[in-house]
Amino acid sequence: MRKIWDIPGGIHPPENKTQSLGQGIATLPLPDILILPLGQHAGAPAKPLVAVGDRVLKGQLLAEPGGFISAALHAPTSGTVSAIEDRAIPHPSGMSARCIVLLPDGNDEWCPHHGVADYRAASPVALLGLIRDAGIAGLGGAGFPSAVKLGPKQPIDTLIINGTECEPYITADDILMRERAADIVEGVAILAHILGNPATLLIGVEDNKPQAFEALEAAARGTAIEVVEFPTKYPSGGEKQLIQILTGKEVPSGKLPADLGIVCQNVGTTYAVQRAIVHGEPLISRVTTVTGRACGRNGNYEVPIGTPIRHLLAHNAFDAARCARLIMGGPMMGFALPDIDVPVVKTTNCILAGSHDEFPPAPPAQACIRCGLCAEACPASLLPQQLYWYAQSHNLERLEAHNLFDCIECGACAYVCPSNIPLVQYYRAAKGEIRQQDAEKKKADHARQRFEFHKARLERAEAEKAAKREARRLAAEEAQAKVAGDAIPASGPGSADDLIQAAMARAAARQSSPEQQQAKLERGLEAARNRLQVAEAKLAEGEGEGLDTEPLDRLRARVEEARVKLAEAERKLAEFTPATSPAPSATAARVVDKLQGAPRDQLERSITTLRERIATTEAKIAEASDETIAAALRNGLDKQRAKLRDAERQLADLGPADASPEQPAADAPTLDAAAQAIARAQAKAEAMAAMNPLEKLDAALEGLDQRIAKARDKVAAAEAEQSEHLDTLRAALDKLEAKRADTARQRAELAGQGAH
Amino acid sequence: MNMVDLIAQQPLLAALVALGGLAIVFGGILGFAAVKFRVEGDPIVERIDALLPQTQCGQCGYPGCRPYAEAIANGDIINKCPPGGQATINALADLLDVPAPELDGEAVEVKKVAFIREAECIGCTKCIQACPVDAILGAAKQMHTVIASECTGCDLCVEPCPVDCIEMRPVAQTLADWKWDVPAPLGERLKGLRSADLIATDRPRATTGKDRAA
Repeated sequence: MRKIWDIPGGIHPPENKTQSLGQGIATLPLPDILILPLGQHAGAPAKPLVAVGDRVLKGQLLAEPGGFISAALHAPTSGTVSAIEDRAIPHPSGMSARCIVLLPDGNDEWCPHHGVADYRAASPVALLGLIRDAGIAGLGGAGFPSAVKLGPKQPIDTLIINGTECEPYITADDILMRERAADIVEGVAILAHILGNPATLLIGVEDNKPQAFEALEAAARGTAIEVVEFPTKYPSGGEKQLIQILTGKEVPSGKLPADLGIVCQNVGTTYAVQRAIVHGEPLISRVTTVTGRACGRNGNYEVPIGTPIRHLLAHNAFDAARCARLIMGGPMMGFALPDIDVPVVKTTNCILAGSHDEFPPAPPAQACIRCGLCAEACPASLLPQQLYWYAQSHNLERLEAHNLFDCIECGACAYVCPSNIPLVQYYRAAKGEIRQQDAEKKKADHARQRFEFHKARLERAEAEKAAKREARRLAAEEAQAKVAGDAIPASGPGSADDLIQAAMARAAARQSSPEQQQAKLERGLEAARNRLQVAEAKLAEGEGEGLDTEPLDRLRARVEEARVKLAEAERKLAEFTPATSPAPSATAARVVDKLQGAPRDQLERSITTLRERIATTEAKIAEASDETIAAALRNGLDKQRAKLRDAERQLADLGPADASPEQPAADAPTLDAAAQAIARAQAKAEAMAAMNPLEKLDAALEGLDQRIAKARDKVAAAEAEQSEHLDTLRAALDKLEAKRADTARQRAELAGQGAH
Repeated sequence: MNMVDLIAQQPLLAALVALGGLAIVFGGILGFAAVKFRVEGDPIVERIDALLPQTQCGQCGYPGCRPYAEAIANGDIINKCPPGGQATINALADLLDVPAPELDGEAVEVKKVAFIREAECIGCTKCIQACPVDAILGAAKQMHTVIASECTGCDLCVEPCPVDCIEMRPVAQTLADWKWDVPAPLGERLKGLRSADLIATDRPRATTGKDRAA
């Protein structure tokens, strides 16, 4: 004889079980319609696999599990799917949910199915899969998918089968144990095999079911299964309570029985597992008690899942006028049905049609007198009174601190309350409130996260934009600096070192690679060609239109200019040989030498350079086939010779060093550009530093006058020679004169300001 | 020995030196602790922010829940959050240990989410820019739609819509979020009672707990 423990609290309500035990498990004729809710179990609703109009066979899969914690749904009989729609379901909310509506054809035709010949040879995983495919959910009332419960991670040493059925009126498990004890015992063996043969196999039965106990005892003889009888008390059938009664272990708050190495299953579930494994039948029917004095006949029926309650009641002489409350489940934990068209689902163990004298209206609740009877009755050792106060004041934090979630909502406290306070309603409402608050908190956290991401995204976009703006600004500045730098390499009075640094950098940039240089020259050539083409086209157009002589001349001058430029670009590209061009550093070194050398050295060096250049130019003139190029080169040669003379004269009297020995040469080789620029800039900077704006303008005017005089000479010479460059020269002269006029105006303005 | 003599002769000076020394030592410890155990940010702001509903609706007059949390930490009144309702005010009052004021404005009774009538949407992206939680999907000249599960119901997207195609729709209750109602308060339950309802002996048939149990 096994030792039995006791649970705290508990009550002994009138049992009212005999009236439905008068007959065995009966069957009813098939109803006209079956309503199969997709969410009959705890967890995610099943996903329908059939379409409206499909003909299905008995046992055919209608909907697959919608998640890990979910269960499949099968056709309880053959027929046609008439609708997949929202229908009223048995739920305390009275709400509707998606259901598959099946119209039976009356043939009750099975789909092909077969059981496992020897479950002992099958692997537990395979058997678990079969249980999952059979859509078995806890038939005791919670409807938790059995496959999930039977596959715990923890090692299991005790399997408890719950045949307690402690709630009044319900006898479905009792009758099942009486009539199908052998199948249940086989089911226990299957469960034991799946769980790795736990050491202890127990079936717990209350002592108010002696026949069921005897039947099980007889069936379990010779097996490892122990059938345990214990005193009747409500609510011994709660999972945690039954574990405490049979093992003396208390499941800690927030933990699962599996954490103690215990798995608990209802007898009805065990029977369903046996049907699924041995016979291959999915869960399509269950035993349900129909009882209550509003029904003329009470009894237990094996009904297909989805049978409307109306059908059950109609076959049990239901008298709606006598019915005070129609309850699904027991009187303690069941809920009132909003309507009798809801179907029987997997968790429906009882339909209780209570008459007015069975369920008189609840006496009005009065104030709590703090008698403490509720705390004595509580099977979970909670403080119902405290919970009541906190629930009234919505103090959710304190409710949780008082372990509200360990309340199994058995109703023992409300049953014993002398003030008739509906305590369980308060707890259920408070639990709902806490769950809602948790959900809202989760949602708020999620929203906060999204809001922060949103802000971060905006900031990032703004930063990117700012960076782009900055880059554009820098690029513009650089371009400007380059333009200014090309005109005046050093805009301020900088030291020689600075100038050298800048020059070296520029020289390096300009001559970064011969390929780049060549490319640049080629680009220049291309551009010059294009310009020539455009100018020629315009000239042709102008001639075609028969313009006046003056604009035509101007167009011709432009064409001429473009031709000269093209020739020059071609020459430069032809001259350019990457291999012979000295390295930038060499150029820079020369520049350094030039700047740092003594005036005499400088002059000597420039004389040498000039002589070299003159030689090169002479050679080029000899080579030049084109007359235009030759003329341009000759022009340059004259200038170089003049410079050479100048330099020689300077060297002779070793004049002041600041007089630059070099004048800008139009065709000076590209490689010396840096040296010239620096020399020019130095001279200019020195001169500029000493001048005020007026003087600067004067100097500019003087320079322009000189240039104009030179240009006039050239024009005169060209006219005398009837040169083809006449137009170009005239255009240049015009430009110079315009510039001079501009500068003269500036000077006048400046002088006017100075006078003020 | 000299030290003892000095203390004996100059008790005032000795006391000053001792107190000064202690002040320096403890000052050093406190300074070290202030650096070593420095708390980043204002924890009270975090806790207030955690209580706010994070709809980011701006009905409080601040650009989001966190700015309002900062404002509350700096002494702003706690009743400016209609989406949070009285529950949030009570929670804030609890946290800050101040009396809970009445909500300023109308409480939001039903949760709502934005809904875009897609046939009318012209794809201007104005609502997308207005949404504080990026819950609207779409692109320029493409139809937009609301991700209902991410929408906080702040209705900030309704105003910018040039064609008024956004409406706030109440969220229907589902089985997943259904909960039991709280029983009516005691005063209401006792309304209209007769003596027979309360006094067992006044009743034609007694229905006390014992009789029920029998």
